[in-house]
Amino acid sequence: MTATVPLRLLVNGERHDISVEPRRTLADALREDCQLTGTHLGCEHGVCGACTVLLDGQPARACLIFAVQCEGVSIRTVEGLSADDENLHPVQQAFWDHHGLQCGFCTPGFLMLAAGTLEEDPERSDEELRDILSSNLCRCTGYQNILAATRAAAAQMRP
Amino acid sequence: MKPSSFDYVRPNTLQEALELLADGTEDSKVISGGQSLVPMMNFRLARPARLVDIGRLSELEVIRTVDDRVHVGARVRHVQLQNTPLGGPLGSLLRRSAALVGHLPIRTRGTFGGSLAHSDAASEWCLLTRLLDAEITVRSIRGERVIPAAEFFVSVFTTAMEPDELLTSVALPVLPDDHRTGIAEFARRAGDFAIVAVLGDVTVSDGTVTAARIAIGGVDDKPFRSAAAEKALLGGTFGLDLLQSAAEAAADEVDPPSDAHGDAVYRRDLVRALLPRALAAGAAA
Ligand SMILES: Cc1cc2nc3c(=O)[nH]c(=O)nc-3n(C[C@H](O)[C@H](O)[C@H](O)COP(=O)(O)OP(=O)(O)OC[C@H]3O[C@@H](n4cnc5c(N)ncnc54)[C@H](O)[C@@H]3O)c2cc1C
Ligand code: FES
Ligand code: FES
Repeated sequence: MTATVPLRLLVNGERHDISVEPRRTLADALREDCQLTGTHLGCEHGVCGACTVLLDGQPARACLIFAVQCEGVSIRTVEGLSADDENLHPVQQAFWDHHGLQCGFCTPGFLMLAAGTLEEDPERSDEELRDILSSNLCRCTGYQNILAATRAAAAQMRP
Repeated sequence: MKPSSFDYVRPNTLQEALELLADGTEDSKVISGGQSLVPMMNFRLARPARLVDIGRLSELEVIRTVDDRVHVGARVRHVQLQNTPLGGPLGSLLRRSAALVGHLPIRTRGTFGGSLAHSDAASEWCLLTRLLDAEITVRSIRGERVIPAAEFFVSVFTTAMEPDELLTSVALPVLPDDHRTGIAEFARRAGDFAIVAVLGDVTVSDGTVTAARIAIGGVDDKPFRSAAAEKALLGGTFGLDLLQSAAEAAADEVDPPSDAHGDAVYRRDLVRALLPRALAAGAAA
C-alpha cells in the first residue's frame, strides 16, 4: 500500500490538515477525512454531477480530481453556502420555495452548480440556464422545478 | 469504484516535467485536466504507477496569435475556448465546438491538449485539429518535434507520441473571412460524446467552392477526413443541393463500426443528415 501524504485543504474558508493516499479523490477526502458529507457520490465517472463542488469559484466534479491536486485551491461545498439555517443562500431558498428537490440526493450538486454559475453571472439567459442545468442528473423531479428555482434565484441575485 | 494506488508528483516547471517523464519510471502517466484519465482510473481501466501532474504549468495555458497561426497551449481548458474573443471563422468554430464538449463542470477542468493526447475518434478537438491540418508540438528532454494532425492520431486512445513526450501546443491556421466553418453532431443526451460529429471548412469565392475540408467523427478509429465529400464540394455552387450531394458521397465512403450506440446503417444516416447541417448556415436552398 502506498503511504499517505500530509495535505492541507482549504474548504469553505477553513483549513483542514489531513493525510491521504494520492488515490483519494477530492469527493472521498471531503466526506471521509474532512467529515463534510454534504458532497454526494453517484456515478464516480463525471456523469451525474452529485459531487459537484466549486474550485476557485468554478463548478467541477469532485470525483474526477484527486485531493492532492487541490493544494492551494479554494474549495467550496454545500456546507459553505450559508452561514446558518436562518440565512439560506438565495439558491437554497429558491430550491425550498419552488420544490426543487424530492429525495435530495442530487441537490448538493445542483446547488453548487447553480450557485457557482449565478455568482459569476446572474444575468444568464434562459437558454444558458437550461444548458448549465443539463450538466447534472436528477432521478426524481423531472427538472422543471429545478429550472424554476434557478430562474428565481437568478432574479434574486441580479443587482 | 476507487482507483488503484499510485505515486504522485507535481512539477513546477516544464523542464522538471520533461525530466520526470524521462527518468525511467514504469507506467508513469501525465495527468492534465483528469476528465478522461480519472474516470478510466476509477473503473481501473487505467492503473498508472505514477502520475505526473502538469496542472501547475501555467505557461501551457496561453492562446497566442503569431502571424497566420493561433497557438493553443496544451493546458488551455475547454471553457477558455468556449469564451475566446478570437474573431473570424476560426473563432466561431472554436466556440461552437467547445460548447459541445461534455458539460460545464467538465469544461472547467478538461484541456485541449488532454483531448488530443487521449485521442477519442469522436472528440471535437481531435476532429477540429484534423479538419484544419493543425500542427502538434510535442517536447521531451531529447528535443522538440512537430507532428501534422494527419500523422498524430494513430487509433483509439493511441497517438504518435512517445511515453517521454509532452504535448505542449497546437498551431491552428487563422481562417480568412471567405471561409465558412461549422459543426453538427448527434448525441443521445446533452454533453455525451457524439455518436457522429461532422465539422466542415469550405472556402467560397463568388458562390463557388474553391477549397473544402470535411472531418467526421464516430465512423473510424480516428478522426476521419472525407476525401469523397471534399471532392464533391470542390468547384460546385455552394448551397444546400451541393451539401446534400457531398453528404451522400461521404455516407457512401465511410465504413462505420456498429456498437451499442448505433449500427453502421444508422451512423451513415447520421452522416447524411449532419454534413449539410454543419455548413448550412448561410447556404441558399
Ligand atoms: C461526463 C463527461 C463527458 C465528456 N464529454 C466529452 C465530449 O463530448 N467530447 C470530448 O471531446 N470529450 C469529452 N469528455 C472528455 C474531456 O473532454 C476530457 O477533458 C478530455 O478528453 C481529456 O482532457 P484532460 O485535460 O481532462 O486530460 P486527462 O484526463 O488528464 O488525460 C487524458 C490522457 O491524455 C494524456 N495527457 C494529457 N495531457 C497531456 C499532455 N499535455 N501531453 C501528453 N499527454 C497528455 C494523459 O496521460 C491521459 O492519457 C467528457 C468527459 C466526461 C467526464
Ligand atoms: S459522482 Fe461525480 S459526477 Fe457522478
Ligand atoms: S431529488 Fe432525487 S435525485 Fe434529484
